[in-house]
Amino acid sequence: MQEWANQLCENRQFGSKMTDSKYFTTTKKGEIFELKAELNSDKKEKKKEAVKKVIASMTVGKDVSALFPDVVNCMQTDNLELKKLVYLYLMNYAKSQPDMAIMAVNTFVKDCEDPNPLIRALAVRTMGCIRVDKITEYLCEPLRKCLKDEDPYVRKTAAVCVAKLHDINAQLVEDQGFLDTLKDLISDSNPMVVANAVAALSEIAESHPNSNLLDLNPQTINKLLTALNECTEWGQIFILDCLANYTPRDDRESQSICERVTPRLSHANSAVVLSAVKVLMKFMEMLPKDLDYYGTLLKKLAPPLVTLLSAEPELQYVALRNINLIVQRRPEIMKHEMKVFFVKYNDPIYVKLEKLDIMIRLASQANIAQVLAELKEYATEVDVDFVRKAVRAIGRCAIKVEQSAERCVSTLLDLIQTKVNYVVQEAIVVIKDIFRKYPNKYESVIATLCENLDSLDEPEARAAMIWIVGEYAERIDNADELLESFLEGFHDESTQVQLQLLTAIVKLFLKKPTETQELVQQVLSLATQDSDNPDLRDRGYIYWRLLSTDPVAAKEVVLAEKPLISEETDLIEPTLLEELICHIGTLASVYHKPPSAFVEGSRGVQHKRLPGSAGSGESVDSPETTSTAGVSDAPPAVIPSQGDLLGDLLNLDLTPTTAGPPPPAPSSGMQLGGMDLLGGGLDSLLGGDLGGTPAIGAGFGAAPAALPASFSAPVSGGLDDLFDLGGGVGMPMGAYSPPKSVWLPAMKAKGLEISGTFARRAGVIQMEMTLTNKAMSVMTDFAIQFNRNSFGLSPAGPLQVLTPLSPNQSIEVALPLNTSGPVMKMDPLNNLQVAVKNNIDVFYFSCQYPISMLFVEDGKMERQIFLATWKDIPNDNESQFQIKDCHLSSDAASNKLQGSNIFTIAKRTVDGQDMLYQSMKLTNGIWVLAELRIQAGNPNYTISLKCRAAEVSQCVFQSYEAVLKN
Amino acid sequence: MIGGLFIYNHKGEVLISRVYRDDIGRNAVDAFRVNVIHARQQVRSPVTNIARTSFFHVKRSNIWLAAVTKQNVNAAMVFEFLYKMCDVMTAYFGKISEENIKNNFVLIYELLDEILDFGYPQNSETGALKTFITQQGIKGQLQTKEEQSQITSQVTGQIGWRREGIKYRRNELFLDVLESVNLLMSPQGQVLSAHVSGRVVMKSYLSGMPECKFGMNDKIVIDKQGKGGATDDAGKSDLGGGSGKQSIAIDDCTFHQCVRLSKFDSERSISFIPPDGEYELMRYRTTKDIILPFRVIPLVREVGRTKLEVKVVIKSNFKPSLLAQKIEVRIPTPLNTSGVQVICMKGKAKYKASENAIVWKIKRMAGMKESQISAEIELLPTNDKKKWARPPISMNFEVPFAPSGLKVRYLKVFESKLNYSDHDVIKWVRYIGRSGIYETRC
Repeated sequence: MQEWANQLCENRQFGSKMTDSKYFTTTKKGEIFELKAELNSDKKEKKKEAVKKVIASMTVGKDVSALFPDVVNCMQTDNLELKKLVYLYLMNYAKSQPDMAIMAVNTFVKDCEDPNPLIRALAVRTMGCIRVDKITEYLCEPLRKCLKDEDPYVRKTAAVCVAKLHDINAQLVEDQGFLDTLKDLISDSNPMVVANAVAALSEIAESHPNSNLLDLNPQTINKLLTALNECTEWGQIFILDCLANYTPRDDRESQSICERVTPRLSHANSAVVLSAVKVLMKFMEMLPKDLDYYGTLLKKLAPPLVTLLSAEPELQYVALRNINLIVQRRPEIMKHEMKVFFVKYNDPIYVKLEKLDIMIRLASQANIAQVLAELKEYATEVDVDFVRKAVRAIGRCAIKVEQSAERCVSTLLDLIQTKVNYVVQEAIVVIKDIFRKYPNKYESVIATLCENLDSLDEPEARAAMIWIVGEYAERIDNADELLESFLEGFHDESTQVQLQLLTAIVKLFLKKPTETQELVQQVLSLATQDSDNPDLRDRGYIYWRLLSTDPVAAKEVVLAEKPLISEETDLIEPTLLEELICHIGTLASVYHKPPSAFVEGSRGVQHKRLPGSAGSGESVDSPETTSTAGVSDAPPAVIPSQGDLLGDLLNLDLTPTTAGPPPPAPSSGMQLGGMDLLGGGLDSLLGGDLGGTPAIGAGFGAAPAALPASFSAPVSGGLDDLFDLGGGVGMPMGAYSPPKSVWLPAMKAKGLEISGTFARRAGVIQMEMTLTNKAMSVMTDFAIQFNRNSFGLSPAGPLQVLTPLSPNQSIEVALPLNTSGPVMKMDPLNNLQVAVKNNIDVFYFSCQYPISMLFVEDGKMERQIFLATWKDIPNDNESQFQIKDCHLSSDAASNKLQGSNIFTIAKRTVDGQDMLYQSMKLTNGIWVLAELRIQAGNPNYTISLKCRAAEVSQCVFQSYEAVLKN
Repeated sequence: MIGGLFIYNHKGEVLISRVYRDDIGRNAVDAFRVNVIHARQQVRSPVTNIARTSFFHVKRSNIWLAAVTKQNVNAAMVFEFLYKMCDVMTAYFGKISEENIKNNFVLIYELLDEILDFGYPQNSETGALKTFITQQGIKGQLQTKEEQSQITSQVTGQIGWRREGIKYRRNELFLDVLESVNLLMSPQGQVLSAHVSGRVVMKSYLSGMPECKFGMNDKIVIDKQGKGGATDDAGKSDLGGGSGKQSIAIDDCTFHQCVRLSKFDSERSISFIPPDGEYELMRYRTTKDIILPFRVIPLVREVGRTKLEVKVVIKSNFKPSLLAQKIEVRIPTPLNTSGVQVICMKGKAKYKASENAIVWKIKRMAGMKESQISAEIELLPTNDKKKWARPPISMNFEVPFAPSGLKVRYLKVFESKLNYSDHDVIKWVRYIGRSGIYETRC
């Protein structure tokens, strides 16, 4: 930074009045001192110059906070330019010097009364940016006046200021009644005031999901639509984005709003156009499809979307990401517009990739010839990612449009002939999919594919090739040699390739049993004994067992006819798509992720949905919304859901999980699948005992024992392995759950006693209770309800007490909870008020849950992010606690904490003191970062917690203590 | 909303940094520098997410402008705002360069304070801004009360793009119809895709608050009026080069915010109060019945493995009385070209080895003419199996008519308060057609 400042010294000589760059030259030592003198100078010009220098230093990141009192002294001036500069300084440093910032208050208050509206607005605008409590107190009165100022410029500034104040102190805004004043501004005569009021209200409403702040009714909507015609382009965006949150009462209202919004489609500002598209896409859901207007509207949407593609490249990118969503939701809109998505030679790469994606979605029998010709051109381009995607696109066309399959295959073969490594690999991957879609049609190309075996170095391509060899083993003379060559480096392959190889060799064996017995033995032993990967081992044992008990059944299972693959892939899941349609134009639509995935805290986390379709009068869940997509009724998965598990276990996993430990399988499903597959053959071995994991383990373990002699695998090894496995799965380190305590004594509840605790099991929060009937009569009709609480905990289902509870009887109930209920901050934070009802009465009690229940499984932060976040959170938010009398080593502590989803990210040892850096994430997305210091031999640990919401720290500390000490 | 705005030079040094929201820390400035400006590979997206913070950036020459946010903002709006900010800065101090930014940093901070409040874009029309933010420091001290309220009502008013009290001795306006014609043609002369994207740029020097009405030969309007309808042609516009087309079908158009969109939607009439000075009134796109000013006929013959013979004929396809200018034909050559011999009938042609192309330039060419070039390209023998991809032959030119066939029919000016009428306004109309991406595959 100094460099350019220095280099500018030279420009000093021609530093006329107009050049400000000379202010960037203040880099010498003692400069601060000099500046101080200048700031206190009597000459106005000199003062101004000095302030400019200060601002320049501030911009480049130098700390000039030491000059605070001197700069603030310059504030009282008639010179507006100087005043603005001082304000700029104040906004930057007031927070770090709150006491001195108070000095500025008087001037602010005075300025808010200035006869010049520009100065009044400037004062109120700046004051809102100073986040010092004492100043905000003084802000209220001036703000109240400014909201009712006679000048619209002041009012529009004051409207935004309410949002600023709300960000600093929400309670204050509510107490002072600013929200009502803000609502009144929606009826203001000046369109810009209306627009800013709408923006401010929308923002405030976002942090109060359940409040009825933006009370949208036909009257207010009408006001907004009127203002829409008159305000600036930006104001139009605020209003349209707000309109999109409204749900019209019926299709007529919906149509009338659409009619008034459509003219916006001709606006030069792309954001106005996209926001209008959002409103139309959403409200269109409510229009009956047979309505003439519905068709007209559909036709009106295409041209403006196409026009967006002639905007600057960055906007084109945003537009394309959105068109991608729109095309999935309503393919009919863009169906004739294929040509506009053809890639231009000098489009930036991000535009090219997005265009390609949309081209594939729009490909149909009508335009396939053109599309293919284009794709072929693209496949010879320079950018590797783009070329790969183009090749993949050719394959997708083949699958989508049957008539074109042959041409696609020959195009792919041409491309393979180029011998460009990544082109070949990509082509092989897609050819595999084509084989799946059109079995027994294009096998003539296999020979060409086999020629390229050696050049494949990417797992996906290798796996695809192996699948092809296995699938068509009977037609490839040297299939066994080919597969054997892969087997040599079995352990160096990725899981994907290993699994595929295992399956391919089993297939080969079933097709040509005589020559390949040795090969199959080899692969089975490699998979079961020499591998640490449970997926691979399980699959190995299943085949082994299958082959050994009933080869005929094995053939039926392994060589069964495969379900067809669907035409459309990469479709966004329908509910997510609906949500994203409600977010057209925003970042969510660019990332194709719901806002909760990238926005911290409560803002924008509420899920938006499309309204239900018209006329039907049904609930929002009307099936229309999901099936009207018109894309295809088939589920987007490559594999149809029925038979899912079987397919996965055998050989259909075209996209297997990537390397690394598999997620702890939702065990019951997995086990049952295994059972079904192994059929009756296992029953005798298991002795009918089907419950519990160890038994399953034994079942598998027994399999090798029954193997014919030809499989001379060391039996015991296999057995041990399996028991290990069983043990591992059977006793996962669970989250800490406190012992049950009595929540509701029988005395208070007419004989019903409730004791309970909370637990987190497999990612589900559960409230586990023991209900005891200590009364004389039978209790029935149990139900439960929670009051609003800090994290929105609410029962995920009804309380399951099926049989009546007779006197002196107890029953254990586990109630799964979710966190989508209404939110209200409780004191203490983890307090939960519960109402339980039975046939006798309703009873109330409150209990506290350990906050560790809310730590989610994906709470492990990346190191880099951790570092950045740690620095980013202000030190005020850090709190320190002592954990006394704890005798765990740092590793043991870390393990224990991990069980409760407190993840250790890094460990550092300084002077015999271990520092563990840990992260956890709460269900509402709040991250908590921790530094745990453990001194060897010292039973007292120190823990520092940092979190943006500092109030959770106390609860988190309690959880730490509880987890570590139990 | 936008949480902060940073401007960097090409090295990644911060020139301007303004934070609007508390959730954006100082380290965001560095995060963008490290992850985007200093990133090794080419930028793959204009939106980058770093540690839950989203960065939007645009580049102007070697200056980076980045907007930062932690919320789910309207992405299209952020980019539109960044472009707008560039426009405003350009209007104030010319080209966006490091030097200009440093020389005007106080001004830029002032503008940023005005056009973005708590991350919400406010009025950013230069016409309005210039009434109270100037490079000579802020006006405001010497203003009378009336002047002040005039400023504020203009900044917040319905006609935020124009100030009151503008006076010209001579009321004059200039209309430029600027079109770029795009073509992709197969070697056999079949049009694979063609479209015109056009802009109507207006320079207005009119007194008062004039109400304007703009008319062109839009098919929908003409059909509505019927053949016997009123024809108030401006009379100056008959410059079109192709057949005398009566009307054209416009696929889509967008307008400057001064145009009353609801009126266009209902009556398809374009009425507005124009900003003062130069601005873009509308953009439009047409795909039907385009006049393609040039036709390129390529002939490529491979003679053995080491020689290529290329012959290209270009034909001009417009009225003989008109002249096309700045014609340039670019014929790509294979990478293993060792030598080229060119003969052309008109203009100058050169083989440019660094660009792998033969560039043929003709200064002027009248309509309905043709010209040709032939070249012999010698190739080095290679064992590269990959065939030469034969990139398309591209063309540049400029013609004095609108390839879409668009014609301005009228531009009427009404100013009821001042005493000048439509007849007193001097109006100029000009048509320029330029090549966009104009390619013929060979």
